[in-house]
Amino acid sequence: MHLILVGTSHHHAPVELRERVAFGREEAHAIAERLGAAVCLSTCNRTELYVETDNADEAERLAVGVLSELEPALYRLRDHAAALHLFRVAAGLDSLVPGEGEILGQVRAAHEAGTPGPLLDRAFRHALHAGRKVRAQTAIGESPSSVSAAAAALAEQVFGELGGCDVLLVGAGKVSAQAARNLRTRGASIAFVANRKTDRAQLEDELARADVVVSSTSSPGYVLDAETVERARHGRQLLLIDLAVPRDLDPAIHELDGCYLYDIDDLQAIVAETLAGRRGEAERAEAIVAAEAEKFHEWQASLDVVPAIASLRARAEEIREQELAKAEGMLARLDDGQRRAVESITAQIVNKLLHLPTVRLKQAAAAADGVVYAEAVRHLFGLGEDER
Amino acid sequence: MAELLFWPALLLYGEAAVGYLGDARRPGAAGRLATWGVRLGWLVQTALLGVQASREDGFPWGTWASSLNLFVWFVVGAYLIWGCRRPYRLLGLVVMPIAALLLAVARVGGGTGGGARSHYSNLFLVVHVGLVLAAFAGFTLAAALSALYLWQERRIKRRAATILRRPAPSLAVLDRLAVRTVLVSVPALTLGLAVGLARLVSRGDRVDALVVATAVTWVVWTAYLAVRAVGWSGRRAAYLALAGFALVIVVRLALPATHFG
Repeated sequence: MHLILVGTSHHHAPVELRERVAFGREEAHAIAERLGAAVCLSTCNRTELYVETDNADEAERLAVGVLSELEPALYRLRDHAAALHLFRVAAGLDSLVPGEGEILGQVRAAHEAGTPGPLLDRAFRHALHAGRKVRAQTAIGESPSSVSAAAAALAEQVFGELGGCDVLLVGAGKVSAQAARNLRTRGASIAFVANRKTDRAQLEDELARADVVVSSTSSPGYVLDAETVERARHGRQLLLIDLAVPRDLDPAIHELDGCYLYDIDDLQAIVAETLAGRRGEAERAEAIVAAEAEKFHEWQASLDVVPAIASLRARAEEIREQELAKAEGMLARLDDGQRRAVESITAQIVNKLLHLPTVRLKQAAAAADGVVYAEAVRHLFGLGEDER
Repeated sequence: MAELLFWPALLLYGEAAVGYLGDARRPGAAGRLATWGVRLGWLVQTALLGVQASREDGFPWGTWASSLNLFVWFVVGAYLIWGCRRPYRLLGLVVMPIAALLLAVARVGGGTGGGARSHYSNLFLVVHVGLVLAAFAGFTLAAALSALYLWQERRIKRRAATILRRPAPSLAVLDRLAVRTVLVSVPALTLGLAVGLARLVSRGDRVDALVVATAVTWVVWTAYLAVRAVGWSGRRAAYLALAGFALVIVVRLALPATHFG
């Protein structure tokens, strides 16, 4: 049984190409059904088809057919390489921003919408486990990866829980809207959105109530100066985020006791630093993913020898039962306790004899010699000859 | 027996201090080891105090050194209530070296052995020494929180690019916890002082330097609560808490010779 991956991602194709093969949940399900035992993972950064098959070449040809529009930008991986890739994807290590957490949910959703066979099912479950493990054991996903998320995380450093925190938005650009969304997600409420029509007195009134100010206007001069802020805030702590260029907020505000002003450069420096930290954590995450992928590989390799082991054990059990049946005449004189003892002893002999060959077969499977050993066992013990 | 328990307690507190240092450099396993060091160390020290109590007929922490031992137990116990949670591990970096150092000082002064029986009554000592030490432990913790506040505030003011890589408790939380700790500690000190003063007056003893310094400490911490009530917060309040803690150090370490008899 083989695991096949055909796909493309932000590493290989620009958005103009990726958007041609972006599939919704229903489409992804239909594609998986068409390919047989398959899962279609389609996000804004990647579209990947995972297929479980006995005929790797044919399955790959079919999968490439589904993504034919992007054929030059497609990558094709098999077995261990395909599984390792899936594990890295689930852990966020192949993401545009290393360690981003959304991908784990997207992998789960793709698994649920797919039509996986036992191998693919196990691969996705194991990948999700590896992704969760990476998030639990490393700090790769803890720090913000965008200016807007950094602004919200900074607010938490000042105010703790943001429930009950009021945000004053001055101007409503795209970045400030994202910052507002991040703040709201963490519990803050958007108290007021000031625009060109808002007069000075009203702005100061709102400033008096605000805990966080996010400013992003196209004003050529300062929208708020230090004097205004000091007059309006009545000694309260205030975090001010200036996302505008040219800047909206007087830098002197930062000198006021209890006022913390961050402009776009400050936030970008924080994001760069946290991303550098993520890359450091990524090394630890890669080690975790590699170990998990290796475990999966061992399990998959053991599949080659499992039928041989099962046949060997069945054959041994059959012989044991036949021999006991032959001795039935003698055994009939034994009482129940003695009979159980004979059963137990013979079963133990069989188990002990088969223990080492079983272990060695599994080890051989992990070392890629599994098929050869399995054939040898079949040949030596005449397994499956009756069926031929 | 007490001797056998002292060294593991000191080692575990020391391990916690080193572990918190390691956690500050690279968060993770070192922090978890430090947390277990605090927990186990405190349990061992509890057993040590238990052994001391079982050996003596009276209150065994009536001497300066033995009361320091009890004081360390209070400080670590108060820290344990919430300090082992991940964001507060930085606080352990302040608290645990102090705890380890003071426990060692207590041993040098003979406060971790069998202890000496005091001529004061048990009830008086339990109320007076117990409450004053509990209050001082609270002030120590409040000062540690304030120190952490000042460090965190400085990072935010400096716009340190690393601020989100090594998150600390928020300013609001540190400020709130410090004031809550003082809110519990001041009444304890008030009652402990009142009991001591009542005994002083009833016996016609003289007021010594330690009593005066403790009264000044009480004034500073009560003033802390008063100014907090009228709106002081943040940096100014944190500096005041550190000033109050300086007095606690003086009262605990510099003047005890005048008081314990």
